[in-house]
Amino acid sequence: MQDNTKQEIDSEKQSEDIIKLNGVHKWYGEFHVLKNINLSVQQGERIVICGPSGSGKSTMIRCINRLEEHQQGQIIVDGVELTNDLKHIEKIRREVGICFQHFNLFPHLTVMENLTLAPIWVRKVSKEDAEKIGMEYLERVKIPEQADKFPGQLSGGQQQRVAIARSLCMNPKIMLFDEPTSALDPEMIKEVLDTMIELAETGMTMLCVTHEMGFAKTVANRVIFMDEGEIIEANEPHKFFDNPEHERTKLFLSQILAH
Amino acid sequence: MADIKNSADLSPPSEIIGPLAWLRSNLFSSPLNSISTLIGLYIVYALFIPVIDWAFVSADWLGNNKDACSLKGACWVFVIQRLDFFIYGFYPDAEYWRVNIIFVLLALLIMPQMVEKAPYKRFSGWFFLTGFPIIAGVLLLGGILGLEPVSTDKWGGLLLTLVISFVGIIAALPLGVLLALGRRSKMPAIRIICTAFIELWRGVPLISVLFMASVMLPLFLPDGANFNKLLRALIGIVMFQSAYMAEVIRGGLQAIPKGQYEAAASLGLGYWKSMSLIILPQALKLVIPGIVNTFIALFKDTTLVLIIGLFDLLQTVNSAIVDPNWPQVSTEGFVFAGFVFWIFCFSMSRYSIALERKLDTGHKR
Ligand SMILES: Nc1ncnc2c1ncn2[C@@H]1O[C@H](COP(=O)(O)OP(=O)(O)OP(=O)(O)O)[C@@H](O)[C@H]1O
Ligand SMILES: [Mg+2]
Repeated sequence: MQDNTKQEIDSEKQSEDIIKLNGVHKWYGEFHVLKNINLSVQQGERIVICGPSGSGKSTMIRCINRLEEHQQGQIIVDGVELTNDLKHIEKIRREVGICFQHFNLFPHLTVMENLTLAPIWVRKVSKEDAEKIGMEYLERVKIPEQADKFPGQLSGGQQQRVAIARSLCMNPKIMLFDEPTSALDPEMIKEVLDTMIELAETGMTMLCVTHEMGFAKTVANRVIFMDEGEIIEANEPHKFFDNPEHERTKLFLSQILAH
Repeated sequence: MADIKNSADLSPPSEIIGPLAWLRSNLFSSPLNSISTLIGLYIVYALFIPVIDWAFVSADWLGNNKDACSLKGACWVFVIQRLDFFIYGFYPDAEYWRVNIIFVLLALLIMPQMVEKAPYKRFSGWFFLTGFPIIAGVLLLGGILGLEPVSTDKWGGLLLTLVISFVGIIAALPLGVLLALGRRSKMPAIRIICTAFIELWRGVPLISVLFMASVMLPLFLPDGANFNKLLRALIGIVMFQSAYMAEVIRGGLQAIPKGQYEAAASLGLGYWKSMSLIILPQALKLVIPGIVNTFIALFKDTTLVLIIGLFDLLQTVNSAIVDPNWPQVSTEGFVFAGFVFWIFCFSMSRYSIALERKLDTGHKR
């Protein structure tokens, strides 16, 4: 009896890990981009990933919705292991939203059509309901008046907020961000970060590659530092910033905070 | 009070607007420019006057045989007298009404596409691609619904030209899309088959494709398997043009940034959905000029069917000008044929420009 309960608790604890990377390796040809990555993310956790350019941050988070393929190890997202099985991949992608550095909105569709396309065609929501949901999220990112414009007519910050809303319309369990503010002019960075902070307050599981350390301090449960394809250090924000353990982390932080 | 008018909004000084100012700044801005303008005007004058004179002023329009023509100008009597032949070929006179219905229907379906906000535009567009070909086929072929059957040997003139180009255009575009997608497929077998198909057809001149379709194909078919000549020509043309179309479309696909594919995939869209909803609409829009270029080439290439004995518009003209009843009318015949071809090709080109403008969503890369 006791054993049983313990197992139950164990499996419950297991299922809280919404993302699990076990010994993940990846190569681009000869080049070893990801080296033995181990990472568990619990539901509702907010993780910020930083590190020098070329360290494999983008590659790692893109592996989580299989925009990149890993060659060794195990990636389990929402209880499903990522393999070549297309069914699994599409299932995962429905549950994982991603925001790109360059927004990647669909330029031939209006903002509203950008938002409703996936709900209508993937989730089979009716057009009316999809538009209602779309409008809700546009209001949440504070640009409901732009619904009928084309992405090319919006500012960078507005485009990125549309991109966030587009992902949210699929009602994802996890949101990934790959440097969402690094292509933006300084005055637009804040509006996007504010949107992300609000999103964090709703309890969304978030993995965010960013060099916005202020954001990391206010929002993150954990900050991860990557270099040369490895996770060097992972810690709570105040420990990470005040007492970094590794030399490389210290060096990186001193460089980034010098500005 | 009236004095306190808006300080802005003065009309510009007359030196910088108006036709005179335009003339001055564009045609006579410098001595060299003035000289070249004058030379240009003279050339236009020297060329145009005789042409206008030949085609309109001294031309003969009325009458019903060669005696009505003075031979000082164009003998349009010939074109008018043989117009039925140029339009319908050998289609029986009594059945012209069937062709006329198709022409009218075609015009009615095309017109709304030219207007910005026509009612039922989407419906008429779909009908144009689906219902219309069936109706046209039934009307032209006959044999059912109490319609007299008309064999395809009798089709000719503008009718045949339009049938071949319509079928070619309607079939080559979707086939071209599939071939282009296939050539970029991740699956090696599909990629190799599509690449081989494209390169095979692109490497052969259309004239030899038609020749093979009409002369060589029957040699390989079992005796008695009599395959319609028009159908063979159509298959040849569609294969040939879809290979070209595929390469045009592949150019468009290649111009779509990787981020678009990734964004589509990350929203959970599968291959066919991302292609048809995200990638192709953008790629096709980018290559509208190339697609229309291929259509125009196809339209003009239909004239090559003469080598397998089909009477398209040009061939009907060709055979009418050797008629001993009508001596010396070859110029009129070819000018007429050229004019008809030009009207169609020019309309396609204008339509593509309008379409590009309409689809422009202000996104510049
Ligand atoms: N498709 C690819 N083919 C080959 N090498 C690649 C490819 N994509 C990325 N790389 C290499 O892999 C390494 C890691 O790339 P990645 O984009 O993950 O870095 P990053 O940490 O996100 O850097 P940045 O901060 O500049 O975005 C880099 O050295 C890059 O050159
Ligand atoms: Mg990156």
